[in-house]
Amino acid sequence: MKARTCWEAVCTVDDLVADSGIAVWTEDGPVAVFYLPHRLPALFAISHTDPFSGSNVLARGITGDINGEPVVASPLYKQHFSLRTGRCLEDENVAVKVYPVLLDGDQIRLEVPVAQAASVAA
Amino acid sequence: MSKQTLIVIGNGMVGHHFLEQFSQSPAADAYNIVVFGEEKQLAYDRVHLSEYFSGSSHADLAMGTADWYADQGIDLHLNEPVTGIDRDARMITTPKGEYPYDQLVLATGSYPFVPPIDGNDQEGCFVYRTLDDLDAIQASAQKAKTGVVVGGGLLGLEAANALKSLGLQAHVVEFAPRLMPVQLDDQGGALLRQKIEDLGVQVHTEKATTAIVPGSAARLRMNFSDESHLETDLIVFSAGIRPQDTLARACGLELGERGGIVINNQCTTSDPHIHAIGECALWNNFVFGLVAPGYTMARTLSAALNNDASAAFTGADISTKLKLLGVDVGSIGDAHAKTPGARNIRFHDEQAGHYRRMVVSQDGKTLLGAILVGDNGPYDTLLQYALNGIELPANPEALILPESEGGAPALGADSLPDTASICSCHNVTKGDICCAIDAGCTDLGGVKAETKASSGCGGCAALLKKVVDSELEKRGVEVCTDLCEHFPYTRQELFHLVKVNGIRTFRGLLKQYGKGQGCDICKPTVGSILATCWNEHILATDHVPLQDTNDTFMANMQKNGTYSIVPRIPGGEITPDKLIVLGEVAKQYNLYTKITGGQRVDLFGATLSELPEIWEKLIAAGFETGHAYGKSLRTVKSCVGSTWCRYGVQDSVGMAITLENRYKGLRAPHKVKMAVSGCTRECAEAQSKDFGVIATEKGWNLYVCGNGGMRPRHADLFATDLSDEELIRTIDRVVMFYVRTADRLQRTSVWMENLEGGLEYLKQVVLEDSLGIGEELEQHMADLVDTYQCEWKTAVEDPEKRKRFREFVNAPEQKDPVQQWTSERGQRRPVLEVVSS
Repeated sequence: MKARTCWEAVCTVDDLVADSGIAVWTEDGPVAVFYLPHRLPALFAISHTDPFSGSNVLARGITGDINGEPVVASPLYKQHFSLRTGRCLEDENVAVKVYPVLLDGDQIRLEVPVAQAASVAA
Repeated sequence: MSKQTLIVIGNGMVGHHFLEQFSQSPAADAYNIVVFGEEKQLAYDRVHLSEYFSGSSHADLAMGTADWYADQGIDLHLNEPVTGIDRDARMITTPKGEYPYDQLVLATGSYPFVPPIDGNDQEGCFVYRTLDDLDAIQASAQKAKTGVVVGGGLLGLEAANALKSLGLQAHVVEFAPRLMPVQLDDQGGALLRQKIEDLGVQVHTEKATTAIVPGSAARLRMNFSDESHLETDLIVFSAGIRPQDTLARACGLELGERGGIVINNQCTTSDPHIHAIGECALWNNFVFGLVAPGYTMARTLSAALNNDASAAFTGADISTKLKLLGVDVGSIGDAHAKTPGARNIRFHDEQAGHYRRMVVSQDGKTLLGAILVGDNGPYDTLLQYALNGIELPANPEALILPESEGGAPALGADSLPDTASICSCHNVTKGDICCAIDAGCTDLGGVKAETKASSGCGGCAALLKKVVDSELEKRGVEVCTDLCEHFPYTRQELFHLVKVNGIRTFRGLLKQYGKGQGCDICKPTVGSILATCWNEHILATDHVPLQDTNDTFMANMQKNGTYSIVPRIPGGEITPDKLIVLGEVAKQYNLYTKITGGQRVDLFGATLSELPEIWEKLIAAGFETGHAYGKSLRTVKSCVGSTWCRYGVQDSVGMAITLENRYKGLRAPHKVKMAVSGCTRECAEAQSKDFGVIATEKGWNLYVCGNGGMRPRHADLFATDLSDEELIRTIDRVVMFYVRTADRLQRTSVWMENLEGGLEYLKQVVLEDSLGIGEELEQHMADLVDTYQCEWKTAVEDPEKRKRFREFVNAPEQKDPVQQWTSERGQRRPVLEVVSS
């Protein structure tokens, strides 16, 4: 059975930085949203958590492409992660979560899983 | 003119290799090529068959693809065994029809020899040759605990490895008194046996199986001629190969006494229209059971069909280098010293488990053969001596003695002749590799693709790499110096392009001189070049995405995603009031505080959103950014100098502050450190800095291009007894020349070592202005000094730039849950392992 999801509004177009990333807080935790205006699609969202350090930093990496694949380089240990698939280019066993992203008016929305029972953070 | 038809029967490694060769040759245009394969798969790599059990699929092992065959116009019939050859009508028969030929190539390979033992055909008995065989073994192994391989040769041990990797208790039963009787001698065989038994594979030698009957504890029972027996769930026969000559026999081609299709030096059989290559062929009364000789036959036949009169197969090297069950085994040439007068040199270390034997000619000058067990380290060198007839050194034993005993005379890739065969599978010589490199291959992958070297058995991989590395090194200048895949230029070239064309943005440069979107190599490099050329704020919209995170947020990221802050303290001089401010700010934000090696204070643990607030307070107290995050001037360290010190001869603190304020903010290929000492006692350690200044009675001595850290380098004395003005002008010129000509991330020390002409050249350029650019360099520096701005001051005053420092743009109150803290020696530090819930 597919987990229930919703399209959560996380920020506006004004919050984006061209050719770079920003971090947002979602139902599913920290997510990095990237805006690459020179390619289509231009919006990408992956987990903000760098799997190699466990720290929330991926939105602060340098974006680019490697052999045509849009990537961000972790600012800590410099591994590259595909913005499309979340796969780590240096270690095929490592990947970060990818979130579908869409532009709704001037709102950026991410498709995130909805918690089964509503829980309140302490 | 209508085309003739060439039919190849058999689609194994050798048949495929023949097609690769022939389809690229001129004669290919004259033929329609038709191939028949008995198996349902395309030709695959049988040498690495046991990898099928460790996860390789047919696709991994495949030699070619169906598309390749289609592209070559080859008519491929898989799963269609040929059942007959009519030599008179020049016609072959398959279950699906009859096909005429003008030339016929038999590449039917071999079949496993199954000893004529009663009961050898019952359930649980297998051979080890095809992927289908492997599938059957795998299925049977699921219900089995033990497995026996009959045959202790090369293939038998491969099969034992396969059984072991399927989780079975593996046994090897060998008729001869030792393992690998063809390649090894008694001592080598015994050592191999010991090593294999240590790995849990049981070895039984001198065992002749008389019958296979149902077992009591296991599925089967093997009875041996010495009355002993062994119970097992499955048996794999791997007791050698026999040439697959059934078709040839049926149509009356000449065969050897014990089978094999007789061929001449052109690989043609007794029928001039029929040829045979690989394991089915008998040349000089010898069947070659290795892939390399088969490939040589394939090349020979292809040449002969192109009417190359020089095409001749004249035997092949049957040296082998293997890792069997993880144990190195090597055998070269005349391993058993059958040459008259041959002498042996043996080294046997039972402690380490190494056995090495060299067979040398009577005069001791030539290596005839060798045996290695336990360590194939000397194999490549020995093989080159044997194959190329290179004269042995005066102390040939050194070639097989451990290195600690006086240093083996290593046969470097350099000393090999151009004719030296590096890859015997594809007949690639050192000369071929040099040609490939000269034709533009700049790395190992390129050479492999161009020459096919090391794509057969792979045994030459290490040697190939040595040769390629050595040849690339020789051609040093030809190695690719592109910055990255987006810019086919060096940093220095990009600098000129930016400067000369007045390019002010990364996008502009990319559009004109690059491709793609950029990456974490070229973006910061170009960001640095733009900063040096135009000195715009690094957080200007166009430049933000170019910076490493440290430059973007103007602080140093630490392992948990927080930042450290280093305000500038020029020359290490600080007032008590400013020191108190640092303490107060650190206390308010609970920052871990440490004194740096560059005479300033580092404040650790600030979150992204705290950075602008902290800097507001620091700027209000008169601090500026310290550029600890940038590839730029860090600190100018100083001793206290003549003001206080009884030995000081100049005001070193004053000069350090002047220099630091002059060069602060300058973007360079890498970080730059300076120091000023007030006398020759050198308390500021200036000679370990990029620019070191030491006071003299008459002025200042300038040292350049020193380094501490990972690769220390003592700075070179550049000029002596300079006045203040001369000192600054000289440093201006050297710094700018470095910034313009150095490579990405190249410190001044490495820059100097790579600078053609070295120190003397640099002196000519800077002190004698030999290039006539002295004034330009000074002017460029003056412009940079004039346009300096404190990046943090500009950032905190601009609401748009401050937006960048939001940790989560949609949740200002949200704390980063992975940033957790503990206390140590009275200060806060990160919890090292954060377990996320």
